[in-house]
Amino acid sequence: MAVNYSAKEDADGHPSGGLGATGGGAAKTRKPDNTAFKQQRLPAWQPILTAGTVLPAFFVIGLVFIPIGIGIFVTSNNIREYEIDYTGIEPTSPCNKCLNVSWNSTPSCTCTINFTLDHPFESNVFMYYGLSNFYQNHRRYVKSRDDSQLNGDNGSLLNPSKECEPYRTSEDKPIAPCGAIANSMFNDTLVLYRIDNETRVPIHLNKKGIAWWTDKNVKFRNPSGDANNLTALFQGTTKPVNWPKPVYMLDSDPDNNGFINEDFIVWMRTAALPTFRKLYRLIERKNNLQPTLEAGQYSLDITYNYPVHSFDGRKRMILSTISWMGGKNPFLGIAYITVGSICFFLGVVLLIIHHRFGNRNTSADIPN
Amino acid sequence: MCAGEEKRVGTRTVLAGHRPVSETDAYVAQKFCDNRIVSSKYTVWNFLPKNLFEQFRRIANFYFLIIFLVQVIVDTPTSPVTSGLPLFFVITVTAIKQGYEDWLRHRADNEVNKSNVFVIENAKQVRKESEKIKVGDIVEVKADETFPCDLIFLASSSPDGTCYVTTASLDGESNFKTHYAVRDTMVLCTHEAIDSLAATIECEQPQPDLYKFVGRINIYTSNQEPIARSLGPENLLLKGSTLKNTKKIYGVAVYTGMETKMALNYQGKSQKRSAVEKSINAFLVVYLCMLLSKATVCTTMKYVWQSNPFNDEPWYNEKTKKEKEAFKVLRMFTDFLSFMVLFNFIIPVSMYVTVEMQKFLGSFFISWDKEMYDEEIKEGALVNTSDLNEELGQVEYVFTDKTGTLTENSMEFIECCIDGHKYKESISEVDGPLKYYGKAEKCREELFLRALCLCHTVQIKEGDQVDGLIGHLEHRATYISSSPDEIALVKGAKKYGFSFLGLENDYMKVKNQNNETERYQLLHILNFDPVRRRMSVIVRTITGKLFLFCKGADSSIFPKVQQDEIQQTKAHVDRNAMDGYRTLCVAFKELSQAEYDQIDKQICEAKMALQDREEKMAKVFEDIEANMHLIGATAVEDKLQEQAAETIEALHAAGMKVWVLTGDKMETAKSTCYACRLFQTNTELLELTTKTVGHSERKEDRLHELLMEYRKRLLQDFPKNRGGRKRSWMLNQEYGLIIDGSTLSLILNPSQDSSSSNYKTIFLQICLKCTAVLCCRMAPLQKAQIVRMVKSTKGSPITLSIGDGANDVSMILEAHVGIGIKGKEGRQASRNSDYAVPKFKHLRKLLLAHGHLYYVRIAHLVQYFFYKNLCFILPQFLYQFFCGFSQQPLYDAAYLTMYNICFTSLPILAYSLLEQHINIETLTSDPQLYMKISDNAMLQWKPFLYWTFLGAFEGLVFFFGVYYLFQNSSLEDNGKVFGNWTFGTIVFTILVFTVTLKLALDTRFWTWMNHFVIWGSLAFYVFFSFFWGGIIWPFLKQQRMYFVFAHMVTSLSTWLAIILLIFISLFPEILLIVFKNVRRKAQNAPFDPPMLLSYKRMENGCIFKWKPQEVINLTERGPLRILQMQRC
Repeated sequence: MAVNYSAKEDADGHPSGGLGATGGGAAKTRKPDNTAFKQQRLPAWQPILTAGTVLPAFFVIGLVFIPIGIGIFVTSNNIREYEIDYTGIEPTSPCNKCLNVSWNSTPSCTCTINFTLDHPFESNVFMYYGLSNFYQNHRRYVKSRDDSQLNGDNGSLLNPSKECEPYRTSEDKPIAPCGAIANSMFNDTLVLYRIDNETRVPIHLNKKGIAWWTDKNVKFRNPSGDANNLTALFQGTTKPVNWPKPVYMLDSDPDNNGFINEDFIVWMRTAALPTFRKLYRLIERKNNLQPTLEAGQYSLDITYNYPVHSFDGRKRMILSTISWMGGKNPFLGIAYITVGSICFFLGVVLLIIHHRFGNRNTSADIPN
Repeated sequence: MCAGEEKRVGTRTVLAGHRPVSETDAYVAQKFCDNRIVSSKYTVWNFLPKNLFEQFRRIANFYFLIIFLVQVIVDTPTSPVTSGLPLFFVITVTAIKQGYEDWLRHRADNEVNKSNVFVIENAKQVRKESEKIKVGDIVEVKADETFPCDLIFLASSSPDGTCYVTTASLDGESNFKTHYAVRDTMVLCTHEAIDSLAATIECEQPQPDLYKFVGRINIYTSNQEPIARSLGPENLLLKGSTLKNTKKIYGVAVYTGMETKMALNYQGKSQKRSAVEKSINAFLVVYLCMLLSKATVCTTMKYVWQSNPFNDEPWYNEKTKKEKEAFKVLRMFTDFLSFMVLFNFIIPVSMYVTVEMQKFLGSFFISWDKEMYDEEIKEGALVNTSDLNEELGQVEYVFTDKTGTLTENSMEFIECCIDGHKYKESISEVDGPLKYYGKAEKCREELFLRALCLCHTVQIKEGDQVDGLIGHLEHRATYISSSPDEIALVKGAKKYGFSFLGLENDYMKVKNQNNETERYQLLHILNFDPVRRRMSVIVRTITGKLFLFCKGADSSIFPKVQQDEIQQTKAHVDRNAMDGYRTLCVAFKELSQAEYDQIDKQICEAKMALQDREEKMAKVFEDIEANMHLIGATAVEDKLQEQAAETIEALHAAGMKVWVLTGDKMETAKSTCYACRLFQTNTELLELTTKTVGHSERKEDRLHELLMEYRKRLLQDFPKNRGGRKRSWMLNQEYGLIIDGSTLSLILNPSQDSSSSNYKTIFLQICLKCTAVLCCRMAPLQKAQIVRMVKSTKGSPITLSIGDGANDVSMILEAHVGIGIKGKEGRQASRNSDYAVPKFKHLRKLLLAHGHLYYVRIAHLVQYFFYKNLCFILPQFLYQFFCGFSQQPLYDAAYLTMYNICFTSLPILAYSLLEQHINIETLTSDPQLYMKISDNAMLQWKPFLYWTFLGAFEGLVFFFGVYYLFQNSSLEDNGKVFGNWTFGTIVFTILVFTVTLKLALDTRFWTWMNHFVIWGSLAFYVFFSFFWGGIIWPFLKQQRMYFVFAHMVTSLSTWLAIILLIFISLFPEILLIVFKNVRRKAQNAPFDPPMLLSYKRMENGCIFKWKPQEVINLTERGPLRILQMQRC
């Protein structure tokens, strides 16, 4: 028997259990306050969208969007981009011999692809590798990492997170860096030569400055200790199964070795889509007189280690210049131009409708 | 806890003071519950389990609990925190709220239970806590104290054995009521004396009716036969009422604790659910289906995709041992659950919280409304249920009481007629108080006036703290009565020179025209009851003559008087009724001593009866009040409440059908209906009353004929294919229907042999076609029956009942929305209502402005919530197609959790509290706007589909826009690339901005609060994102958001993409607004709000001729009738 009432409230003449909104006893004056808020009379801006205000807005938006779109489109078109698929699916491809390479084939399979740049690449050139049909965004893959291990936490170094399974331990030793992402790190080596009068001039590829600054300096850290003796710091761990070398031997430069190796950091930022590109090397412009990459003959030496054929993947090498808006992407420009045009067009149409109907009605609009 | 239902039958025996009355009578001690009041639901110990159990009984909470458990058990893409945290938040907030309310109840209970009372034990006064009182204890109560339990009134400090009580906290009536001590114990007014009392009390088991009590007391004096006395409600002092003007009283406890009438009266009301909630549930089902189909599609696609082994397990992404070993069926099932969890945000837990908050907070605006504050009673509107706010905007039928609702219920004596001669106070002659139209014999005149002075239950109160029904007498003395008619009559008599001076020791004092005081001994009062519809007194004059004076409704007096006397008076009464006055007839008869003795015996016998006392009394009264002589009749005006007519007119114009349900008689009710413009001069009236149906045997046949005829007439006028709009009746000839109680019961309960029992359906068809219906002579239950009948018709229209008296409670409880008027007939109506307002005129603002706004607000809130969660989850669904159906969430867990709680919750809440898409003034003055939202217009499938498509479109734009942007993921000017979390963050940023700006586009009323929450939410989102990505969070497994937002912001392309995509998303909305705008312009019917026919203007003497004209409104809303006013 649930009796829902309150003696206190009743004495005040309040109902039971309800949301008696007014306060105070019966004797007290319950006159509501005459405040703007309580009377729902707060001063308010009451915008009314009329054809008069919206139509000019359409024109303005059209007039703003179309130039922006053209600007982006032109910028995007001015970006030089050259792409080579070196997977080697086609039998004619020089890399065809390496197609079925496996992780630990020794010696590594190498192949060379020659190509010609028709136009010079004027500014800094960015060298990417691209993978297709590679699901870096698969859930099992994305979570298979231990960020505290990568952040230099000694506890996690020796006892990696469970998320790293099945790449957590190998032969009873903890893997550093653990997880599927690290384990499948891209390990092809790409070397670019300019063929200058039949001689191959190697082009300097800068391997630093390709990762996010914050990743390189904050998020990724080697285990604490003597930075010059990484081998000792990684004592007690083992290399990822697929790696030929342990993590402390990724590079000779101590600033680019271990967890703070930039190739590694770039790889660890999982891509959004199954077809993606990642920054591999930078080719910096030496002087203002001469383009970074002149038009002409080039050759690409590939140490083909990374098997993609098994999952129907593709590998690419991309050379690209960069503008203020990033790499080549016609989408934005076209979208802006389209939307701007539609706006403008609709503005015109609506204006005509507005005018015609407006005129007609002023004459024939008398209610009976 | 005690007092189960089964115990209510039978009687209980109580020993006064627990003293055995005799050795011979074996007294079996009955067990009664203690005097503890328990209104609280929980104790400290059972609070958690009980409260949790109750909360999880709600289907939505249960659903979220299941989702949470799935997340805990199964390896799901999002951590249990994402859904656990909001659920925990909701549950905690609700628990705290309920806990607090219960704590208040505990405190109030304690205040009552621990208060000190004095109990007489062994001739001594013992102080006890109230909860320790047992049935049978003798309790002493002093002035201004409340009674701790239901007591039988034994003795009082006042010598006449009476006490005054106010029951303000029980039924709201603040006038003093007189209660009488048991006659044989009233002298026992000391501790010692009362302690010597040996008595048993037999009474019925507790029942909730405050005004009914049947019992008997047996008083044992030494070695004598016990004296038996009957006990009635006048002997019972109810817990919760307060003793006034009496020093102290003694009483014996008969009902305690939860068995007191007060406690029994507070059984919870049944919960009313609004139509909006039903719509929400329907939409919820759609979204649940959407959720299930999404999960199914994804699961299926996953396994299709995985059938290719290099997709299922490429070398770079091997499965764990556990995954490999799991059974395929089980794996599929967990995959399905995982997808469910991933997409579960489409059904937002926060919507329930927001809806609740909106309703709770929104209802404050009603009680805060200054315009609904009444200076006279110093009170504003009261909200008892906040669940029904939006229902106020959906009302189709208004059932209103007449007396006290449409009319003021403050009576004024207008005229009287004595033996057919009219006596009227002339208005023009200020000095000459009376104007005689012919004159009756002097003695008849005096008899009539004496009858007016004697035949009533009016009391005289000195002092000024009474705020009930007051009529000022000399100085500060006032008349008090439960019926305003009686005060009007007594005051009327006073105008003619006879004034009632009060009751003293059973003697009524009357000052006559010659300023002499006459004394009459009051022998019996034959109380008024609604069945007899009359009351009588039996008095003895000083000279020893015995008179019975009777007054009552004409229909109940005429059969009881000499038939030859009726004629003259009847004409008068009928004319008065036509004028809208309440008429009462006065009759008398002289009794011989012998007759009186017999009457006295009969009454006493009936009063002593334990069983069926009411029926017996009624029978005795019926017998006594016979063969009387008619003296005359009175006419009392019940003034129309201010603006009653305008309000009714506004409700009509708003497309509502107004039905008047009254207990008054037809003529009076009809004239009131004309006065308040329910019926207009051109309304054709259809009558189904005893007058038209007749009394004869063949009345059923006649009724049948009438029903068929009316139906035929109405159907001719209303061809069936009228476009299906319910409210198109406005175009045609208006019909009004009048029906009375007896005909109604004939229709609802036709006799067995009647050929057709489908009267009810025909009747209903007729009713629904009429613009106005007047039901007179209704019993309270019949009122509820009518409401139920209309409520259950096709399309289940929303009904609203408004009334002020206890007789309206049944219909108030029955209707979808019950409104109580805080009137003069006590508080029962407002107590049982969902909303209480001081006056009928406040209904206009309550419905047209508040109801409209609440409906629009909540409808928008609901649609918006579904919309924003659809475009939240759709990208996540689409992303599955690009991540191998691996349940990879697109957004970070923090965003998933915060989206509904922080980023997008406050703007919509502010909108749903403050939005006024149309000004309140416009809404109130243009009732036709109300029709725009009729039939739940904003929550029909069409708008729902519109919102859903909008959400789907936006979701597609968000996802594919960013997808195409990410065809080249190097979006910074340094060539570095973005990963999947940046992808999600961009989508999320566009999402948050778009849904917030969409709301901004919808907002028509920008107060500073809207500005604050809308821009504040966006700023908070940006701030939060920087903060969330700005720190390496300890204790977090993954640092995936580290500097993602900051990097995103440095990319110009991202900025351009965000702006573009937001614009594209909002584009259809803007376009729609423009199109609507242009079209309205194009069709430009300068839509003047239709003028309302104002009652006031008519009063001012202007003569208008009203010509309803049909103006076809070109908009879709359907033709509306516009009244155009022309001066003639």
